[in-house]
Amino acid sequence: MAAFGSFALLIGLALAAYNLFAGGIALRLLAVGGTNSGASRVSPERLAETARRAGIASFVAVTAAAFALIWSVFHNDFSIEYIVEHSNIALPSPYKFAAMWSGQEGSLLLWAWLLAAYGFVLRLRHKTDVKLHAYAGTILAGVQVFFLTLLNFKVPPFALVRGGIAPADGNGLNPLLQYPEMVIHPPMLYLGYVGFTVPFAFALGALMMRYPGEKWIHITRRWTMMTWMFLTIGIFLGMHWAYAVLGWGGYWGWDPVENASLMPWLTGTAFLHSVMMQEKRGMMKSWNVWLIFSTFMLSILGTLLTRAGLVSSVHAFAQSSIGGWFVTFLVIVAAVCIFTYFLQRDHLKTEHHLESLVSRESSFLFNNLVLLAACFTILWGTLFPVLSEYVEGVKKTVSGEYYRHVAIPIGVFLLLLTGVGPLLAWRASSFRSLRRNFVLPGIAFAATAVALIAIGLKPWADEAVFYSLMTFSLAAAVATAISSEFLRGAGVIHRQTGKNLFASMILLIRRSTRRYGGYIVHLGLVVIFIGFAGMAFNRSAEKAMGVGDSMEIGPYTLTNLGNTQESNPNYDSEYSLIDVYDHGKKVLDQPMAPEKRVYAVNGQPQTMVANHSTLRWDLYVVYEGQDTATGLPMIKAFLNPLVAWIWIGLSIVVFGTLVAMVPSLSPARATVAATAPKPGQIPAAAVATGGGD
Amino acid sequence: MLLRNWNLRSKFMRSAQALLVAAVVCFSLDATDTGGRFNDVGRKLMCTCGCAQSLLGCDHVGCPNRGGEMDELRDGIANGQSDAVILDGFVARWGATVLGAPTTKGFDLVAWIMPFAVAAIALIGTILLVRNWAKSQPQAALANAPVSPAQAEAAETMRERIRRETETD
Repeated sequence: MAAFGSFALLIGLALAAYNLFAGGIALRLLAVGGTNSGASRVSPERLAETARRAGIASFVAVTAAAFALIWSVFHNDFSIEYIVEHSNIALPSPYKFAAMWSGQEGSLLLWAWLLAAYGFVLRLRHKTDVKLHAYAGTILAGVQVFFLTLLNFKVPPFALVRGGIAPADGNGLNPLLQYPEMVIHPPMLYLGYVGFTVPFAFALGALMMRYPGEKWIHITRRWTMMTWMFLTIGIFLGMHWAYAVLGWGGYWGWDPVENASLMPWLTGTAFLHSVMMQEKRGMMKSWNVWLIFSTFMLSILGTLLTRAGLVSSVHAFAQSSIGGWFVTFLVIVAAVCIFTYFLQRDHLKTEHHLESLVSRESSFLFNNLVLLAACFTILWGTLFPVLSEYVEGVKKTVSGEYYRHVAIPIGVFLLLLTGVGPLLAWRASSFRSLRRNFVLPGIAFAATAVALIAIGLKPWADEAVFYSLMTFSLAAAVATAISSEFLRGAGVIHRQTGKNLFASMILLIRRSTRRYGGYIVHLGLVVIFIGFAGMAFNRSAEKAMGVGDSMEIGPYTLTNLGNTQESNPNYDSEYSLIDVYDHGKKVLDQPMAPEKRVYAVNGQPQTMVANHSTLRWDLYVVYEGQDTATGLPMIKAFLNPLVAWIWIGLSIVVFGTLVAMVPSLSPARATVAATAPKPGQIPAAAVATGGGD
Repeated sequence: MLLRNWNLRSKFMRSAQALLVAAVVCFSLDATDTGGRFNDVGRKLMCTCGCAQSLLGCDHVGCPNRGGEMDELRDGIANGQSDAVILDGFVARWGATVLGAPTTKGFDLVAWIMPFAVAAIALIGTILLVRNWAKSQPQAALANAPVSPAQAEAAETMRERIRRETETD
């Protein structure tokens, strides 16, 4: 199977290279009018078609290689080095599947396979716009060639074990990765990273061919939203995994690898907003092109940061010597982007300029600025240790303590813009409309702030509490603003059609899925920010607990019922059974069981946190191990407020994104159910439901 | 009408004053909390065992360094040392990497200034640019002015633009 996999990868590379070069030649011939010149013996259209088919076939080849690796993992083929390093016989089946992306070679193969899969769909849908798809497919093939070259010549996943003698068993999967989310977190994240290649390819292709109009944005809109959604899910699954497995009580540690995933998310979010200005008003063309270029390059930079070992990270298992390859690729991509931009920049001339500082366009612009400021801050913080080592000879630490001061204020400002943007009209907002739209959110903000201070929050005592108070208050304001938008629109439809308010709201959303889907996403972000704000009030307690011992945290009393050990072929485990009481009343029917596992094959430990999650807070209990002095289990308990809101907020964001991807009802269908409006109501209806995004 | 507006404004002002007074009263209550100093200073320090976690976040039982660092921090606070003296003591013993964030001296200051400086420059630049664009917009024509063919064509273009900009999707 190793030979089959290696051969499939080589075929994949040859096909992708053919797609790149034949496609490139065909597009060049078409660009210079090769069809009629007689200079070429082959019709450029036919050459482009063969290139497209080669691209489709490369997907089949890379799929065969991915299948070969998974087959080898499931059949314990320890003649392959990668299988020895990342699997073992006792490894449960789902984790054998996850072994594919647990190491360098496998994760790059996953990347190449997803890229080929995206390319497959793109090349099949070429009839939407044959020439533009030919450009995009050729650019995508260029990216495929890079990854397949790496897989064939630098980090081959099917390399045989040194010495040629296969061991009886493998070294097993990293224990940190033996957790259900690890089976879906990396593919989701990669679907996001790799997915941004598609809008990047379309943007670069459209620029190269001086594509008229904004149709390329319409073609790539759903691609971009889907990619953004996958990246969002991937990031949050990673947060949940860190929360449940690393056992330090938090979900975001500002680790360079975490930062690397957040940066393309921020620029991708900025792109999703600013393309609306290009679609609606023909503005920000250069800006949008550079946003999507940057998003793609940041995806590659993130991979470079983690693979090259430039910055120290808890994701140390991903480090290797392929950083130089990524630097070269990044430089080539940047050079191609800059060259194409300067060659074609007159094509990106804006049709209109902003007309007012107080308008929807301007709010998008400021939203973009804040997102990019956040991106720069994270990039700066991630690279500062490297910079300080270069300047001063000392690698300074840049941890959460730094980001708490610089990134949180930017995040709070972003939350503010989330609410302000939808309240402003396109082109310019009148003072009267501003007053009408901002009164309720303003009252919600002030009332929440005063109420929170009155119940005991002291923003003057702690910076974290101050930001928390601001977040809660802004969340109330933004939620009020978004709810009033929904209610205003639904009210108009209710008066028009006589439907009840709920049915009117559904119709409202169906009439403009993109606009109201976007509002739902914003609402989800508000819920997520509320969850983040709870972090300011985290509490923890730690104690060596013998049987019958108790520990207090918040209103809870934790009592240790007993300590137990268990074994299975994969790992040995120690855990405590802990009853939880709230003012003497038992909270849970079953005791909590925080656990420490030690894996048989490599002796590595892993924490399995016991978590009792409610809307108010998480009671998060960690079995840290046995105290060396007393031999008693060390139990650490955290009371983390509002964490559940983060995961609920994610569900709302995903739901909103899915809504935004559904086509809106056409105006004809949307008005079928409408009864004749009462006199004097038409203008209001038009204002409330026809405003666009 | 004027009277109604005046009443509304008066009610609004009174509500705003009440909120302001409530906020001032609340802010003038308790102001300091010395109990959290261990957490405040501890948050600024890293565990030096190589786990890349903060001192308070390190959760390894048997960690060779955490206990010593915690004791040093407790002693510093108990002896009445200032935060700066405690942190300097840690740097002298463990090196600059023990601090969770760059200091505010020398080259480290760049780490703090740069994000805000870049954001401020971008913000000011954008505001100036948008104001410049807004000033250069053509003035609106009078409603009853005679319409030339060129103006009629411009009006048609404008109608098309309005249709495009206000379509729902």
